Amino acid sequence: MEERHCEWESAKGAREPIKSLEDKWKLVPSFLQIKGLVKQHIDSFNYFINVEIKKIVQANEKVFCDSDPLFYIKYLNAYVGTPDLEEGFNLTKPTTPHECRLRDMTYSAPITVDIEYIRGNQRVIKNKQLIGRMPLMLRSSNCVLTNKSDFELAQLNECPHDPGGYFIIRGQEKVILIQEQLSRNRMIVDEFKGAIQCQVTSSTHEKKTRTNVIVKNGKYVLRHNALSDDIPIAVAFKAMGICSDQEIMLLVGTEDAVVKNMAPCLMDCHNLKIFTQNQALTYIGAKLKVKRFQTSNAKFRTPVDEARDLLATTILAHVPVENYNFYVKAIYLAIMVKRVIEAQNNKANIDDPDYYGNKRLELAGSLLALMFEDLFKRFNWELKSIADKIIPKVKAAPFDVVKHMRPDLIANGLFTAISSGNWTIKRFKMERHGVTQVLSRLSYISALGMMTRVNSQFEKTRKVSGPRSLQPSQWGMLCPSDTPEGEACGLVKNLALMTHITTESSEKPIARLACNAGVEDVRILGGEEINHPAVYMVFLNGNILGVTKHYKKLIKIFRMFRRRGFISAFVSIYPNHNQRTVYICSDGGRLCRPYIIVEKGSPLVQQSHINELNRGIRKFQDFLADGLIEYLDVNEENDSHIATLEAEIDPYVTTHLEIAPFTILGVCAGLVPYPHHNQSPRNTYQCAMGKQAMGTIGYNQKNRIDTLMYNLVYPQCPMVKTKTIELTNFDKLPAGQNATVAVMSYSGYDIEDALILNRASIDRGYGRCLVYKSAKTTMKRYSNQTTDRILGPSRDGNTGKVIKAHEVLDTDGIAAPGEMVENRQVLVNKQMPPATLNPIGQGQPQHIDYKDVPITYKGPVESYIEKVMVSSNSEDAFLIKILLRQTRVPEIGDKFSSRHGQKGVTGLIVQQEDMPFNDRGICPDMIMNPHGFPSRMTVGKTIELLAGKAGLMEGKFHYGTAFGGSKVRDVCRELEKHGYNYHGKDIFYSGLTGEPLEAYIYSGPVYYQKLKHMVQDKMHARARGPRAVLTRQPTEGRSRDGGLRLGEMERDCLIGYGASMLLMERLMLASDVFSADICGACGRLASRAWCHACRSSAAVSAVEMPYACKLLFQELAAMNIVPRLTLKKCCDT
Amino acid sequence: MPKLEDKPRVILEEFRVKNAPDDYGMADEKWNFKKFVKKFRIVIVRMDNSEMEFDLIGIQPAFANAFRRLMLSEVPSMAIEKVMIKNNTSIIQDEVLAHRLGLIPLKADPKLFEYRAEDSTDGTEFDTLEFTLKIKCSANKSQPKDSFRAEDLYENHSVYSSSIKWHPIGNQASVHKETEVGPVHSDILISKMRPGHELDLHLVAVKGIGKDHAKFSPVATASYRLLPEITLTREVTGGEATLLQSCFSPCVIGIDSDGRAFVRDARYDSCSRNVYRYDSIKDAVVLSRIRNHFIFNVESVGAMLPSVIFVEAVKILRDKCKSLLDDLNNF
Repeated sequence: MEERHCEWESAKGAREPIKSLEDKWKLVPSFLQIKGLVKQHIDSFNYFINVEIKKIVQANEKVFCDSDPLFYIKYLNAYVGTPDLEEGFNLTKPTTPHECRLRDMTYSAPITVDIEYIRGNQRVIKNKQLIGRMPLMLRSSNCVLTNKSDFELAQLNECPHDPGGYFIIRGQEKVILIQEQLSRNRMIVDEFKGAIQCQVTSSTHEKKTRTNVIVKNGKYVLRHNALSDDIPIAVAFKAMGICSDQEIMLLVGTEDAVVKNMAPCLMDCHNLKIFTQNQALTYIGAKLKVKRFQTSNAKFRTPVDEARDLLATTILAHVPVENYNFYVKAIYLAIMVKRVIEAQNNKANIDDPDYYGNKRLELAGSLLALMFEDLFKRFNWELKSIADKIIPKVKAAPFDVVKHMRPDLIANGLFTAISSGNWTIKRFKMERHGVTQVLSRLSYISALGMMTRVNSQFEKTRKVSGPRSLQPSQWGMLCPSDTPEGEACGLVKNLALMTHITTESSEKPIARLACNAGVEDVRILGGEEINHPAVYMVFLNGNILGVTKHYKKLIKIFRMFRRRGFISAFVSIYPNHNQRTVYICSDGGRLCRPYIIVEKGSPLVQQSHINELNRGIRKFQDFLADGLIEYLDVNEENDSHIATLEAEIDPYVTTHLEIAPFTILGVCAGLVPYPHHNQSPRNTYQCAMGKQAMGTIGYNQKNRIDTLMYNLVYPQCPMVKTKTIELTNFDKLPAGQNATVAVMSYSGYDIEDALILNRASIDRGYGRCLVYKSAKTTMKRYSNQTTDRILGPSRDGNTGKVIKAHEVLDTDGIAAPGEMVENRQVLVNKQMPPATLNPIGQGQPQHIDYKDVPITYKGPVESYIEKVMVSSNSEDAFLIKILLRQTRVPEIGDKFSSRHGQKGVTGLIVQQEDMPFNDRGICPDMIMNPHGFPSRMTVGKTIELLAGKAGLMEGKFHYGTAFGGSKVRDVCRELEKHGYNYHGKDIFYSGLTGEPLEAYIYSGPVYYQKLKHMVQDKMHARARGPRAVLTRQPTEGRSRDGGLRLGEMERDCLIGYGASMLLMERLMLASDVFSADICGACGRLASRAWCHACRSSAAVSAVEMPYACKLLFQELAAMNIVPRLTLKKCCDT
Repeated sequence: MPKLEDKPRVILEEFRVKNAPDDYGMADEKWNFKKFVKKFRIVIVRMDNSEMEFDLIGIQPAFANAFRRLMLSEVPSMAIEKVMIKNNTSIIQDEVLAHRLGLIPLKADPKLFEYRAEDSTDGTEFDTLEFTLKIKCSANKSQPKDSFRAEDLYENHSVYSSSIKWHPIGNQASVHKETEVGPVHSDILISKMRPGHELDLHLVAVKGIGKDHAKFSPVATASYRLLPEITLTREVTGGEATLLQSCFSPCVIGIDSDGRAFVRDARYDSCSRNVYRYDSIKDAVVLSRIRNHFIFNVESVGAMLPSVIFVEAVKILRDKCKSLLDDLNNF
């Protein structure tokens, strides 16, 4: 299992090459041990329920009411509890995720607050007041599954390998996908329709606004949504109190290029006759957009006040303004202008919006925080309006606001948001769809793959390549292979194995440290000092922190402090020499990744450390704490020199060393053995197909009742593993089988990638799979005191035997486990009362006509009943779930795929004796046509075969880890040792003639996945069958036993061919032929051979036409358009 | 020029298998019974209860292949075909359990049974063997403390094929001995169970052929290979000799006292053709195989002796020929 690296010749001259650290990759499992594969989600959610929710409640801590000035509610603290279920009568009982899954409940915990409020004239403090329910993320800090041993998890019916990180809403597993967006509060210079602009999306808790500085007619203007018109930049400066032109120029810069560009702007002010701040504010005040809702105190405000307020709070909202001191904001604006000027002079200064340093990933925690704050505000607003209404009324008991707190609002708001995926945040006017998805449980890998998925906000329909193409800055952060094909290509991405997404950390200590490290506050400096060429400006999370003369020292201090653990490990600092700035980031959503620190040409992690790691006395955290490893985000990564291998370390420039190169791939791409030998799209195809492979989905798969589940009867661990496979536990929850493959041609049934299977292999269990489906029903209780009911099986009146449809029913009217059900047999014999409005009278028993609403089994192939669950759901109704099972044997047309994007259907199943065999009597399980190789260039597959074959002989697993793994040379040597040809090619004899084949056959084990697409689910044919009611045409689709449509293009062919009678047959006779009575006199439809218009039947004759045609005529007639048919005798031409 | 009379060969070249230049295969050769009898030999090399290696020399590949095919797919054997599940509370699914049971090799001489008629529902004593498998897992009352091993905690936590009990029907008890009927191996794991799990099954075994399902095949595998032959075309000595030796299976190439390599016995060479890797000795050898010398290897599944299986295959071929001849004569 040792990592072997290519011993590249060091080009560094006489220097001793640095010895490679053995087993350095073991840091990866150590990393994943503490981080887990979905730690990003869990970290983010934990931060939300433990920290952010308190902040949100604190930010909205007071509720006042208009009618009573003394009344107030103050939130003191907020808590999220442990998961429980409401059992009615205010009783709760602790629950487990699996119970919620089975009973269609929501896995959630109560949100409680401590409040202080006024009741009557008293001040009351109430602790633990329930205000809502929070859906809990599995394995988050409040989940019952955290810190449980495998044994305890088994008792909770949970799989120890399940990653968690998703929610269970009404029995459905839902994932909040990671959302990718442009980072907020950062200046981004881009070119829009040929004009250069600098854009800042400011985001604070209250506001989210966008401010632009653009070039318009060679002048710079400020554009903002709240303003009806663009404001000349000089006016904006003046409104901020920078009144003299010189001051403006000093802030923007005094270089010749800047002065040249700015001069016309300054002229603007003179033209507009704006010289003072007040004049400027009046000007802006006139350009304000008219507000739709006038608040009560807004009446007393002048446009100048409004404009001043707008500048302070809305424009560049994230730059703090205290006491209307706009100086910092003016500097910020000046920098924006400067950036535009720089970009105008040099196009290279335009930012790349696809650059990953400019992106932030939004996780479940921050999305839920947005949602919760919105709901909490609405909750408070409702409390306020209730208080407004009720307090003025004189009442016996004093108004107690606690009685009006309805937890449903917040609970249902959160539940519906997660279950529908519609994220509607009113205060930001944000509306997003498809934020959540149902966790795909097709295979373990599909579930894992979903947890690492990153969704881009970019529109799928737009045809631009920029956001879709692979960005160099994705290196190591996002998997280069795992993206879907088609419209979402490049927009949906997946995290790489070691990616960490930061959560927010406090700015205050960082700002203090920066000041101590020599950053001077800009507020005491003039424009000249700020723009001095020797000075670097320091930004903290997009806000100006100050300027420094010694930026190198600042960066060094910061990095030292971070490595020592004095500040958060996820704070990044990096300079931008072009802009002469230093950026410090501590915000959430940045992508980062651990690296080994290299100092003076040697990595700080020594072999002794690795040995300690092997012995288990050193963990990943220790490496971090000792400053041997650090996290770099995308921006800082770009300021570092990172060596992939030890041999590449250059003592003068290298700062970091990669831990293990295979971690640049994600979970799905990590399954591919030797991916570095494959043509790249093949790895992408495999990433998509690995999610369709059946196998095992978890140790608890037999306890689950899913709507659809595919399992393999005998899943196997692949012969050729990768390190990722072990790290993701794919070897414990595999999805595929090792098939002995012979690469040769056989019969003609292997064209177009079709596979030949060995009948005996199938008989012995190869590719056998179990398909589970579930049927579900509830017994509802209606408002008129009636309920659904379930009756036992009906018997035939004459024979007394149970009727065929009810054969599988138990005496309770529910199908019995172990029974075989056929098409149209009843699973639950349910009956429903009629929906009559009047409630059943008191006392006298009333006869109710129940209606049969049986749950029936549909499907051409029979199933067995695996198990039946009777329980109750959250509405206290009976919930019945029935799990049905089918065992399927591979048949012609079933789809298989290797791990190299090479899919194929079974073309032929051949008896064992007809299969070719080799000297040792081995028959292949599968024959693959060699034509699959040249154009696909999946060399990895050929190596997998070779390594697998050698592994079989040695009795060990070979490794096909990306950029490493067992080498072909070693594998060949092993084959040779065991008497095999070193090429992997053997002599085969034809099973048909018995003579040796003329070619040597490349054969050995290859891991094959059975994909979910099976013939049985697709086969469909129809001669006669159901028709649609309206048009009388055959129904559409397999599920409705529909016909196969002869579409427009097929029709065109027949027209072109002139096959008119065939057309007639296909389009009318075989579809919706109708014999309509037409009156020859008036040309209208007659009814029953009698024309109502002519009051005669003399000229009525029957005409065959499509029913749809007749329908059209009737519909036209209904709209006062009379279609008339002219009839002619058939023989008259 | 190699003639068919002496040994016909195929040459194993580096990248392909090649017939001798004037050899057009044996398909065109006129078959002469006298000649065949004179040349044909069977040599049994190795034989035990489960495996046999023997040579068919001087026979056409069509015949050899026919025997191989018949052994795989047409020599009958007994296997469990129907499983009546009275109770199965284990985690293994009914169909999967039935499939696993079907694959268990059974000791029962298929020659003593008949094929069950296609439409018959109840078997008779002449065509059916019946077994039961009734087992229940329970907690081990006398479990040693502090043990967490499944063996100590539970009773019957693993169901092995030894639990399958034969139930003679009709006169079967007197015809067959108890030891002659039942699973060949007693240690085949059928299922794992935990307390509360129970199996109550009725198994019906019938006679069938491998063509129908692999479980009826009496052999694990039956195959043959052609006799390898190695000819040295020049003297190979010293380092080259050891290199040459290493390119073949052990004991194939010997080195005499002068350090000269010689072919000791090519029979057990695996024909890996790895000599072709080394340009220095590539030209020193000609690899070939004798085309009418078949080394058969028959691995019985355990119900029948491998020798019996081969004889049965020959009988089937004979019967087939007979019926073909009959059909032709009556045509």
